[in-house]
Amino acid sequence: MTESAVPDSLAVRSRGTGLKLGRFRDLTLVPVIILLLIVGSFADPVFMTTGNLTNVLQQQSALALVVLAEALVLIAGKFDLSLESTVGLAPALAVMLVIPTSAGGFGLGVPVALAIPLCLLIGAAVGAFNGFLILRFQLSAFIVTLAMLIVVRGLQTGITGGKSLFALPPSFLYLGSATWLGIPAAIWITAVLFAAGIVVLRFFRTGRALYAIGGNADAARAAGIRVERVTWVVFVISGTLAAVAGMLETGRLGGISANQGDGWIFMVFAAAVIGGVSMDGGKGTILGALTGVLVIGLVENILTLKGVPGEWRNLVYGAIILVALMISRLAGGKAQD
Amino acid sequence: MTVTETAAVEARGITKRFGPTVALNDAGIVIAPGETHALVGRNGAGKSTLVSILTGLQRPDLGEVLFAGEPSPPLTDRDAWRRRVACVYQKSTIIPSLTVAENLFINRQTERGPINWRALRARARQLLDQYGVAVDADSLAGDLNVEERQLVEIARALSFGARFIILDEPTAQLDGPAIERLFERMRDLRNQGVTMMFISHHLEEVYQVCQSVTVFRDARHVVTAPVADLPHDELVKAMTGEETQAYESKAREIDGAAKVVLSASGLRLKDRYEDVDLAVRSGEIVGLAGSGSSGKVGLAETLVGLRKPDGGDVTVNGTAIRPGDVSAALKAGLGFVPQDRHHEGFVPLLSIAENATMPIAHKLGRFGMISGERRKARATTMIQDLDIKTTGPDQPVGDLSGGNAQKVVLARALADSPAALVVINPTAGVDVKAKQSLLGAVEDATAGGTGVLLVSDELDDLRICDRVLVMFHGKVVKDVPRGWSENDLVAAMEGIDS
Repeated sequence: MTESAVPDSLAVRSRGTGLKLGRFRDLTLVPVIILLLIVGSFADPVFMTTGNLTNVLQQQSALALVVLAEALVLIAGKFDLSLESTVGLAPALAVMLVIPTSAGGFGLGVPVALAIPLCLLIGAAVGAFNGFLILRFQLSAFIVTLAMLIVVRGLQTGITGGKSLFALPPSFLYLGSATWLGIPAAIWITAVLFAAGIVVLRFFRTGRALYAIGGNADAARAAGIRVERVTWVVFVISGTLAAVAGMLETGRLGGISANQGDGWIFMVFAAAVIGGVSMDGGKGTILGALTGVLVIGLVENILTLKGVPGEWRNLVYGAIILVALMISRLAGGKAQD
Repeated sequence: MTVTETAAVEARGITKRFGPTVALNDAGIVIAPGETHALVGRNGAGKSTLVSILTGLQRPDLGEVLFAGEPSPPLTDRDAWRRRVACVYQKSTIIPSLTVAENLFINRQTERGPINWRALRARARQLLDQYGVAVDADSLAGDLNVEERQLVEIARALSFGARFIILDEPTAQLDGPAIERLFERMRDLRNQGVTMMFISHHLEEVYQVCQSVTVFRDARHVVTAPVADLPHDELVKAMTGEETQAYESKAREIDGAAKVVLSASGLRLKDRYEDVDLAVRSGEIVGLAGSGSSGKVGLAETLVGLRKPDGGDVTVNGTAIRPGDVSAALKAGLGFVPQDRHHEGFVPLLSIAENATMPIAHKLGRFGMISGERRKARATTMIQDLDIKTTGPDQPVGDLSGGNAQKVVLARALADSPAALVVINPTAGVDVKAKQSLLGAVEDATAGGTGVLLVSDELDDLRICDRVLVMFHGKVVKDVPRGWSENDLVAAMEGIDS
C-alpha cells in the first residue's frame, strides 16, 4: 500500500461508487428473488397463491432463525456450526424434562409450563459453553463448534435413545402450529425477531459493536468495546435463537425426530453468504441474510412443485446456490472473502 | 534539559517484562507541553512497548505515567485515557468495512438510544472539516488510501479532546509528498498547542519536525536532548551504541557490454505505467525512483510476473517470460523481494530454514524429499552471510524483528544465485544496522554477476545504484548516473524537471 498518493480525482471517483454499492449491497438478491417469483409463476399455477407463499414462509421460518443466529456470529467474526444440533437438542431435552416416562420423558414431574423457558435456556447454555471454550480457552471457533455439533447431536440421540418424541404437551406445540390473524404464528415470531435484529444491528451501539469486532477486533478493543463479553453474548443469543427455531419446527411437525436440524448448517451458511454476510466477519446485514433465506426457500418450493425427483434435488439445489453466489458477487462487485 | 513547567507527559522508571524478555528496563521519557518530541531507537529498543504503556493498553510492571503531573487513570477507564492521550498506531485501527463517519465515532455513535445516522454523518463532516481532512464521511474506510486513513485516525484521536498525540511511525507507508503534507499538519497542530510524540526510523524526519529527541537502546533510556544538540552521527551512535558511518557504497566497474539479464520493452499497464523500456546488465544495480503514484512498484511487480501487463515483453536472462507468470520468471533466474514482506515475503510460522530455502528445495534432496541436514546447512550459511539475528535456523520467521525477517526474504531471493534480482523497498521499517547489511548483501550479489533492479522510496538506498531511473506518472522520465544530488532526483520525481 505505498501507492498512497492517488490523485484526488481518482479518490473521489472511488468514493462515489463505494457509496452506491454500500446502499444497495443489502438488496443484490432482490433481482434473484423477482426472477424466482417469475419463474415460479410460470412453472406452476399454484406457486403464486397466498396459500403456497405462506407455506414457503412457514417452512422456512425455523431455518431463517438459525440463519439470523449464524449471521450474528459471522458478523462478529466467529463461527457456529453447532446451531443445527441445538435445533434438535433444545426442544427434545426440554420436553423430556416435563413429560412422563410413559411418553419417553424422564418423568421428573417438572411443570409443563416450564417447557418453553427450559428450551430457550438449553439453547443459551449451549451457546454459552461454545463461547466459554472459544473465548476463555482461545480455541478456534470452527473446531470447537464442529465438535459441539457432534456432542450436542450425540447428547440428543443418547437421551432419546435415537427415538422420535411424539407425545408432546400442546402448549409446547402451540407457537409452531398456531395461526394469528390468518398468518402462522411462526412467521410472526420470525418476522419480529428479524426486525429486532435489523434495528439493533443498524441503530444501536451494541449492534454496531458486532461489526467493529468482526472487522478489526484490536481496533474495537482500543475503542473501548468489551470484545470478549460482546462475543460471548452473541454466542448465547444465537444458541437461544436456534432453540426457538427448534421449538417452531417441533410445533410445525408435531414431533421431534432424532435428526431434527441435521444438515441444516449447510443451508444456513449458503443463505447467509449469498445474502452478503462475509465469512471473514464485519460485513453483511440481517436484511441481506433474510433475502438469502428467501432465495433458498423459493428454490426449494419450485423444485417441490415441479416434482423434481428427490435424487436430483441436491444437485439442482447446489447449482442454484452457486448461481446465486455468482450473481451476488457480480452485483456486489467485490471479490468474495 | 531543564523542566521549568510541569511536563505534559512523563513516564518514570518504567519496567516491563514479557516472559523472559525485558521490553523496558527502568526507562522513562519527559515531554514538555507544546513540543514535538521524537522517540528513536532500533527495532526492539522498547519504543512500541512504551507507546502501549503511554496509551494505557498495557500496565508497566514498575514505574508510573503522569499526565500534566497527575497520575494516569486506571487501565479500565478507556475514556479517561483517550481524553489525555491520542495515538495513531503503527497498525491501523480503522475498521475497513465501516464508513468513515462510523469509524470516527466508533463505540460512541450515540449517547443512548438508537443511532441517528444523519446526525452522526453531520458530526463526522464537522470533525473532518475542523481538521481539514478532505475525505467523504460516507465512504467506506477500506476504500481510503494510507494517507487518508491516517488523517482520519488523527482526526478521531484528537476528537476525544486529548492535547497529546503519539504518532507511531506515521511516515513508514507514505511517499514523499504525503509525508510533507503530514509534516505540515503536524506543524499546524503544534501551533495550536498540541504536544506530540513522533516515532520514525528516518532520522532526517526527526530533524524536520521535532524539537527534542529521546533515544532508547536495548530497553533503556539513553539520552534526551534538543535535536539541535544531537547531530545525525551522534544520534546514530546513541541508537547503536557504537561509531558508525553512513553506508558507503562500493565502487564497481560496469562492463558496458555485459549481458542484459533483465529487460522490458514497450511494457504498459493501464493506470499504472506506459511504454516502459529498460535493461539491467549483469553486475549492475539499477535504481527505480518515483513518487507513490509514479507506477514504479507496479512496474517492478510486472517484471517479476505478479501483475499482467496490457502489452509489451519481459525478458529474464535471455528468456522471454509469459506475462503474469511468476514461476516462469523464477525459473528463468529471477530473484524477488516483494514490497510487503508480511504479505508475500514469508510464511511466519515456518522456520528460517524452510522459508529461505523454498525456491531451492528441489536441490536439497531427490524425488521431492528434502534433506533436513542440507537445508539446515544452507540456512546456516545464509544466516551468517546476511547477519540474521536469530536463535538458529529453526526459529519461525514470524518471531523475528522486521529487519531480520526482511533479511530472510532477501536470503530466499538470493538462494538460487539469481541472474536478475528485483528488490522492492527492502529497507521499509528496518533499522539503521539492518539496512546496511541488507544493502550490503544486494551489492555483494552483483559481484557474482547478478543484475539488480532496486525500487525504493528511500533516496539513501538508491545511493548504491549505478544509475537511477526516475518515473513520473507512469513514464520513465530520467536516467540519472551515479553521483546525483538529492535535489535533482527529487525534482525529477516530482516532475518539476527542466
